[in-house]
Amino acid sequence: MVRVRLEFSGGLELLFGNQKECEVDVPVASGQQELTAGHLILWARDNMLQERPELFVKGNSVRPGILVLINECDWELCGAGESTISEGDHVVFISTLHGG
Amino acid sequence: MSPPDQTTLPSNCDDASTLRVQNEALRNQVDTLQEQLAALKAELEAARGLTATAADTIAPTPADAPRRASCGPCGGDPSTSAPTAPPAHPPRAPPRHGLSRAQAERYSRHLLLPAFGVAAQERLCRGSVLIVGCGGLGSPAAMYLAAAGVGRLGLVDHDSVDVSNLHRQVMHSTARVGMHKALSGRLTCAAINPTVQVEAHVCGLSPASALALVDGYDVVIDASDNPATRYLVSDACVVAGKPLVSAAAVGTDGQLTVYNHGPDGPCYRCLFPESPSPENCSRCGEAGVLGVVPGVMGCLQALEAIKLLSGVGEVASKKLTLFDALSGRFTTVRLRGRSPGCVACGASPALTRASLPDYDYVLFTGQPPDDGPPPDLQLLDAAARLAPAEVAALLAAEANGAEANGAAAADGAAEAVAEAGEQGPEAGAKRGEDEARAGAESSTGSAGPAGPGPRRGVLLLDVRPQAQYDVMALPGAVHVPFERLDERLGEVLALCGAPAGSTPAGSSAAESSAANSAPTSASAAEAAPQGAAVDAPEAAAAGAGNHPPPRPRVVVLCRRGNNSQRVAARLAALGVEGVTDMVGGYQAWARQVDPAMPLL
Repeated sequence: MVRVRLEFSGGLELLFGNQKECEVDVPVASGQQELTAGHLILWARDNMLQERPELFVKGNSVRPGILVLINECDWELCGAGESTISEGDHVVFISTLHGG
Repeated sequence: MSPPDQTTLPSNCDDASTLRVQNEALRNQVDTLQEQLAALKAELEAARGLTATAADTIAPTPADAPRRASCGPCGGDPSTSAPTAPPAHPPRAPPRHGLSRAQAERYSRHLLLPAFGVAAQERLCRGSVLIVGCGGLGSPAAMYLAAAGVGRLGLVDHDSVDVSNLHRQVMHSTARVGMHKALSGRLTCAAINPTVQVEAHVCGLSPASALALVDGYDVVIDASDNPATRYLVSDACVVAGKPLVSAAAVGTDGQLTVYNHGPDGPCYRCLFPESPSPENCSRCGEAGVLGVVPGVMGCLQALEAIKLLSGVGEVASKKLTLFDALSGRFTTVRLRGRSPGCVACGASPALTRASLPDYDYVLFTGQPPDDGPPPDLQLLDAAARLAPAEVAALLAAEANGAEANGAAAADGAAEAVAEAGEQGPEAGAKRGEDEARAGAESSTGSAGPAGPGPRRGVLLLDVRPQAQYDVMALPGAVHVPFERLDERLGEVLALCGAPAGSTPAGSSAAESSAANSAPTSASAAEAAPQGAAVDAPEAAAAGAGNHPPPRPRVVVLCRRGNNSQRVAARLAALGVEGVTDMVGGYQAWARQVDPAMPLL
């Protein structure tokens, strides 16, 4: 189990029972040494998502328009879906906004 | 408008000090006119040979500025250009900058600021900014940039001021409802600072016009409200080589970053190569927005534009600032750099000056270039839907306890009202149950809350979000938000008098509703039989024998008439007979039946 601080913003929190922040214990995928961001997404979909999964995931990753930040950093800078999530990491899923 | 001080010459002007004051005033006017002249000249110059000077004017660095002051709009020596300067002038060293006296006074607090100072202000005064969108973001951005003395502002919009804009689009006013937003914005900016040149571009931004517009300015601000325009602005900035200050705000969240800046700053497409689907894009007109939030973000955009033009401070490139208004928290996160494979700014871009005007942004995003409501659906048979007036007639007939003849215009409405006579009591009891749960909405209280209402066989099923229902609703409407329909399906079907067993065996939602949300479902399930029990003899006598569970005429209501069709179609598929909806929803009701109802 890896303890992760999750945050949802930009409206994504509505898909997760309107909670913006929470701490969760995420199991490492079987056969894996470490928790990856990609596995975390699928775990969140299966265990936390309350409605309309099609608005959160597409294939094995997040929908276009959703940014993933790991410890205040764009996940593209640390391997995207392959990024390793360590104990105590802060992961933010943020839906990009278009309104003005 | 008219030159002010000439008409106010004192009649007894033999006094030398009066003349000196007068001279000063005239000199100020000359300064101002010279500034405007210089700005116009610069614009003319830019229009003649745009590409030649483009490199100079993009994002000036601190190093390139001070001695170029003479060629900017603030050029010229004020002391020599005032023809009526008094001969006996107090001694004063020639200014070491290009600001006029009027400018030095107006921007004095910038000049006093060690971190900013006169050189930065001069660069600001020579700069130009294109603001795409004159709404909640564009309003404060334009106002602050005008106040700060940016030489030339371009305001782009295609829309006119609506009363629902005013809580956040602070550049406009009540008196300007209906006026074009770009023109209203120009009035406001000119009133704040008449020395700034403000250009209104009233046709909005299109792929055909975008490059010509963006080429004409040093910095671009994306204050738009839809993905199609956001991709277009970004692509045009990449092609034209202009930095893009981008922000967005919906609900209580705001986001800000600067694209296409510096050696490896990303563009919008680097971050979002694939457009989000329309369902992933919430609009202010749907999700709502706390007015101050775009205000905060628009101010931050003005700040980034000022930093870009003046060369002062650190630009938010490769950084995303997130504003959470409810927690009062700003977070800044690191973003990726330019993507080598980006179709706009990558190594071999597909988007070029030649191809951009023909790019189909509506196709790419699947959304029109505005934040208007989605198109009206036509899911139900048009003949079966009820116009607001027909719904009104149904309700009136029912309230009178009258027979339907003539009162209800809709086909099928007469039958429905006839049924009302048979089934009214039960529906009334059900309605009472719902209203008791809804807390007897005081704002809608014309129909008595709990307890048996008038005999009625019409069930109004209101599927709008809670926030809209809280503002107003038709009396007696049963409220089940669209998003909650699945989990309350059993309850809804019971209210609709759907034949037993119509709850779809395959619907996991309905099953889980029955299993998990016990309190709601159970209470509903109980309520219906209770209601039936109270008035059962009458209902049974009226011939309910053919239809063991009496069926009210179900009319689904929503805000605009799309979700109501979705729900009606779903209920019909589950066996609810004669279910229909109101065309155009509450908006049409407010326009056509009850003008006193607020139009949300």
